[in-house]
Amino acid sequence: MKQLLMGNEAIARGAVEAGIDVATAYPGTPSSEVFTTLVKMAPEYGFYAEYSVNEKAALEVAAGASYAGARSIVTMKQVGLNVAADPLMSLAYIGVKGGLVLVVADDPGPHSSQTEQDTRKFGQFAKLPVFNPATPQEAKDMTLAAFETSEKFGLPVILRPTTRTCHVCQDVELGEVKKSKKAIRFEKDPKWVIMPKLSYIKHKELNIKYLKSAEMFETSPFNESIIRGNKGIITTGVSYNYVMEALEILGENLSVLKIGTYPIPQKMATNFLKQMDTVLVVEEQEPVLEDEVIKLAWKNDLRVDISGKHDSNVPREGELDTDRVIAIIRKFLGLSEETVSPVSPPELPVRPPTLCAGCPHRASFYVFKKATGKKNAIFTGDIGCYTLGNAPPLEALDTCLCMGAGVTQAQGLKRAEPQKKLVAFIGDSTFFHSGITGLVNAVYNQTDITVVILDNRTTAMTGFQPHPGLPQTAMGNIENPIDIEALVKACGVKNVYKADPYNLEQAQKIASKALEDSGPSVVIMERECVHLVRPSTRYEVEMDKCSNCGVCYKTFGCPALFIEDDRVKIADDCNGCSVCSQICPSGAIKPVQRP
Amino acid sequence: MLGGGTIKLDIVINGVGGQGVVLASRIIAQTAMKNGWQVRTSETHGMAQRGGSVTSHVRIGENLFGALIPNGTADILLSFELAETVRGLEKLKAGGKIIASSARVVPVLAAMGKTRYSDQEILQYLKKQPYDLTLVDAHDLALKAGHHKAANMVLLGVLAAQKLPFAGDELLNTALELLPPKLHEVNAKAFYLGKQAGEGYYGNAAATS
Repeated sequence: MKQLLMGNEAIARGAVEAGIDVATAYPGTPSSEVFTTLVKMAPEYGFYAEYSVNEKAALEVAAGASYAGARSIVTMKQVGLNVAADPLMSLAYIGVKGGLVLVVADDPGPHSSQTEQDTRKFGQFAKLPVFNPATPQEAKDMTLAAFETSEKFGLPVILRPTTRTCHVCQDVELGEVKKSKKAIRFEKDPKWVIMPKLSYIKHKELNIKYLKSAEMFETSPFNESIIRGNKGIITTGVSYNYVMEALEILGENLSVLKIGTYPIPQKMATNFLKQMDTVLVVEEQEPVLEDEVIKLAWKNDLRVDISGKHDSNVPREGELDTDRVIAIIRKFLGLSEETVSPVSPPELPVRPPTLCAGCPHRASFYVFKKATGKKNAIFTGDIGCYTLGNAPPLEALDTCLCMGAGVTQAQGLKRAEPQKKLVAFIGDSTFFHSGITGLVNAVYNQTDITVVILDNRTTAMTGFQPHPGLPQTAMGNIENPIDIEALVKACGVKNVYKADPYNLEQAQKIASKALEDSGPSVVIMERECVHLVRPSTRYEVEMDKCSNCGVCYKTFGCPALFIEDDRVKIADDCNGCSVCSQICPSGAIKPVQRP
Repeated sequence: MLGGGTIKLDIVINGVGGQGVVLASRIIAQTAMKNGWQVRTSETHGMAQRGGSVTSHVRIGENLFGALIPNGTADILLSFELAETVRGLEKLKAGGKIIASSARVVPVLAAMGKTRYSDQEILQYLKKQPYDLTLVDAHDLALKAGHHKAANMVLLGVLAAQKLPFAGDELLNTALELLPPKLHEVNAKAFYLGKQAGEGYYGNAAATS
């Protein structure tokens, strides 16, 4: 049976077909839908699923289950693996019992990430097998193969899709769901306790397993060699699609070696190289495949010209597509460059992503900008919808590095410039992910910063997942979620406040007080994300009262405010937050009931 | 479009995050799949969904590879927003079909005077291009149907009036399978308003503004 599945849904389906027992995740684009799909499937297929507090916790929970023999899957985005790097590196040595698959989604482009890092490199670093799918169908099939490989070698295995597999839908052929019958039991054994002496032994084993996995991949269905003459292209992942379509468009019949597994099958690749005079290696991100091909050619003394990233034919940054690959192949074959006739379209409006109409974060930023006057303040931040606070007209976020960094970077900035006010903004989910450590650091070192926790009761950017501050888990409702205020107080913060960002006057008073406190202070700005509530009112501009001063759109910048015939109007997507009506100096913005 | 050696229909859908571009691409793909075609869609998720420019590609046919449509080859450009239509033109083949909403989503930066949005310039440019243009005010028709968010169904209705590898009305059936029952009436109404507009304007470069 075929079903239209997004790549991420196909991976979830693959995991269910593999009979998983435990699934864990911290969401992050482009990986998030793997887990949201698994959460929906958990009750029917009877496995445990949890939103873990961060990627390190997620991997460790999965690894624990796997020690007992359970099949586990853990999903994250590429930078999430940086957070989980500590357990991963040691887990490669220690190994696993039940199959453990890490789905780590890369984001060449990047579309929604801080880096374009290549998880195939991470695989090489940790010496773990990596599967690199080209399509949703292959992503599903590889998920099953990854579990088999993991159990065969007793190693965690990485499935590394990229954005154009994760967020591509395909008619996917479904397989049978296997019911797990294995006995699950943790056997006490010194092999689970990593000590230097054991590390040395395990390191040796790992090196052997890594070589053995390359041998096994010689017969993998995910690697394919098509010989059509002595000019060839070696490619991997989604680039394979672009290469095949480009060859079709160009009417060229070159040889193609498609690699889907790492470490690469050396004999297969060497055989291919032996039959070629020249090869082009087409891949996104790092020249991982190209470097392997160069090594093989050198080791086997093959006189083959290799083109790719090292001769600057294939770009090292950004993502590929068929058009880019056509240009690359033209250059490789010495064909003339295609001339594109210039077009002169009218100037188009730039349209960067923006905080939604009525977003409580906008109001929070507005409040703190007013409270600080901005002149002597630095606003640090990190990853989430609130990163968009840096856009005009708010321009209320001066830094963004990685999850949780705003809280700690504010402390460094304060030490460097003690006369400045330091305000660190962090979302509720991010606070649980990696903000608590930074807050404890501020309390311990008595650093005078103000941390603003933007508590919108969800993990909004990645698709509204729950977090430890909410009465829901992936499995259902719970009674006692963690109270952020109590947690902050337990961390030793003396000055803790709560405010409603939609109440500007009250929130601004609280903000001013928190900024005057000595030592770290915390303000929890509590208001649900606009996507979680159905507005009963919207706002309208009363034209006879509006003085057209522009304060609303020039300082607040809600996307529901727009100009038509030189007058401010409020669009249908107004969520009724009322903040613009509180800002308007003429009292010209009034609520109207929604029909 | 369809016919010849390899059968293929490539549709680019452009719009602004939050307009329902992803849902529209799923509805088209699901309908094509039910009719036995291979399908690929490529969607925009993540940060751009917060009011940025978004694009979905839908490919229908046989022996498909990637989901991204090469430049100058798309058969149809379905655009949910006036200015985003122009951004999608590089994907369209010569003489390709444009179905576009004349409704505008004006970015905050334009209100602040940091970027320009000249709808008249854009309209004139679009009308001069060598494409088969159908322009409808999808926002207005969606309001007539009962809710501004049904604009995507209006445009699917316009698409349904084109020659497709399946009966156009099947798009509505698929949409109703995916949408909760309480939204069926508004969406069906929006679809048929769009279909009427598509039939009325078909073959003309007539425009509403």
